[in-house]
Amino acid sequence: MTPAIEIREVHKRFASLHALRGVSLRVEPGEFFALLGPNGAGKTTLINILAGLSRATQGRCAVMGHDVVDDYRNARRVLGVVPQELVYDAFFTVREMLRFQSGYFGLRRNDDWIDELLHNLGLTDKAESPTRKLSGGMKRRVLVAQALVHKPPVIVLDEPTAGVDVELRQSLWAFIRRLNRDGHTIVLTTHYLEEAETLCSRIAMLKQGQVIALDSTENLLRNHGATEVRLRLNPGRLPEMLRPMLSSAEGNDFRLSLRQCGELETVMAALRAANINIDDVEVSKPDLEAVFLRIMGKPIKSH
Amino acid sequence: MSGLWTLFYKEILRFWKVSLQTILSPLVTTLLYLLIFSHVLEAHVQVYPGVGYASFLIPGLVMMAMLQNAFANSSSSLIQSKMAGNIVFLLLPPLAYWEFFAAYVAAAVVRGLVVGLGVGLAGLWFVPLTLAHPLWMALFALAGCAMLGAAGIITALWAGSYDQMAAVQNFVIMPLTFLSGVFYSIHSLPPFWQALSRYNPFFYLIDGFRYGFFGVSDVSPALGLSIVGTCFLALSLATLALLKSGYKLRN
Ligand SMILES: Nc1ncnc2c1ncn2[C@@H]1O[C@H](COP(=O)(O)OP(=O)(O)O)[C@@H](O)[C@H]1O
Ligand SMILES: [Mg+2]
Repeated sequence: MTPAIEIREVHKRFASLHALRGVSLRVEPGEFFALLGPNGAGKTTLINILAGLSRATQGRCAVMGHDVVDDYRNARRVLGVVPQELVYDAFFTVREMLRFQSGYFGLRRNDDWIDELLHNLGLTDKAESPTRKLSGGMKRRVLVAQALVHKPPVIVLDEPTAGVDVELRQSLWAFIRRLNRDGHTIVLTTHYLEEAETLCSRIAMLKQGQVIALDSTENLLRNHGATEVRLRLNPGRLPEMLRPMLSSAEGNDFRLSLRQCGELETVMAALRAANINIDDVEVSKPDLEAVFLRIMGKPIKSH
Repeated sequence: MSGLWTLFYKEILRFWKVSLQTILSPLVTTLLYLLIFSHVLEAHVQVYPGVGYASFLIPGLVMMAMLQNAFANSSSSLIQSKMAGNIVFLLLPPLAYWEFFAAYVAAAVVRGLVVGLGVGLAGLWFVPLTLAHPLWMALFALAGCAMLGAAGIITALWAGSYDQMAAVQNFVIMPLTFLSGVFYSIHSLPPFWQALSRYNPFFYLIDGFRYGFFGVSDVSPALGLSIVGTCFLALSLATLALLKSGYKLRN
């Protein structure tokens, strides 16, 4: 099957800065994919190359099999991008912007879909407002609507929830999820790792222009995640044999990180043997934030 | 085609929404020139036999207004989009670079013609005007607006700030228009300046445009139009090449 997005050995250099260092990725049709990485990792640069806003110094990209340079018109037809920057055109109303955007994609009469987009994004009563008068969150929604006017099979959202309130985030994701269920491929970047964890089936982590992890969310959590146990002990001391598991301690509170849940048995047994009581216990499942920090913390192996 | 048409329509709507600035204000400025210069010079200057100075002046002012406004339209629209970042709305869709070019130039032509027509009609109210060769007049009007529309695109592509934009407008476009014979015939200039004026493409635009009104010109209109046409072609090719390469837009 033709991949929704194929990125092969892409390099990008800005003067002295080597922003992308041989990135290769494949996103299959229908996937919900996250591109994660700290600020400056090169996520936006990669998206810009994919969208034709910038050119790769080396390497190739294709969207639904259309090369973004040689076959740029078809590549752009199948791609919808929500840019990271909160841009708008002060001259026009929301509806005007959406009509223009439809026209640029060759769609003459698109009002039914535009109305549906406005409805789904909670913009119906702002349709005739000038875009400059909208709040930041509203402007973000307009950007999403603009990216979707041509019903692109592949949708890329670059930090769509940055600076957006919780309620809007929920409704935005509900909408994007529905698009994904309808068969659209979704790629997103976000700093809210719990969003990526709940939404995305696969994740790529980028650091200093290199992909340092690429796997299903499940595998990443299983292979790099640790179960955290917080214990309040009485008396407040930890048996010697549990020391290697200790991640932090404060008064009578001890945090242990376990490779597997099974190790809980060992902990209990050791405490019982040492005659230490547990006043309080809290077990937390491995989360993506911990995995992310762990992976990012490792030094990069250079080629 | 629908992409081109939409962009053209958007560009028209853009200047129409701020017509106080984009149409009325240049109209008033140009009419002030007309009032002041014709009042001061009417009794002293006669360039063509039988043509009063005010009548002589009007076509020049109309052309000057058209050139400046055509330039202002494409250049300010594009630089604003670049600075505000909303240029991405044009870079993400499958618009071809020639559609981009054609839409901006066409909108610049419309703005130039609207302002020119306004100045011309207002001028008629002061002095009668003849139209000896309407077709020549129209051709020079179109060529002038299109040429400056393309020049506006190049300038806005190159400029990295509003300051740089304004510099081109004030140090290139304005002097070229003022020194092209709007207010005088170049025959009244010393030989050196006369020779220099012949390197100014705006001179041929004004001279040919005036020919459309009075049937008299310094240079034959056919020669003028070929020179102007060549300039337009060269500017267009340069603009298209820049747009195709993505110069300062796609990086
Ligand atoms: N146009 C540019 N010119 C020079 N450097 C740039 C440009 N765009 C991005 N960079 C640099 O490239 C690196 C990657 O940036 P970016 O892709 O925006 O990261 P991210 O989106 O992951 O935060 C950063 O160091 C940034 O400063
Ligand atoms: Mg970014």
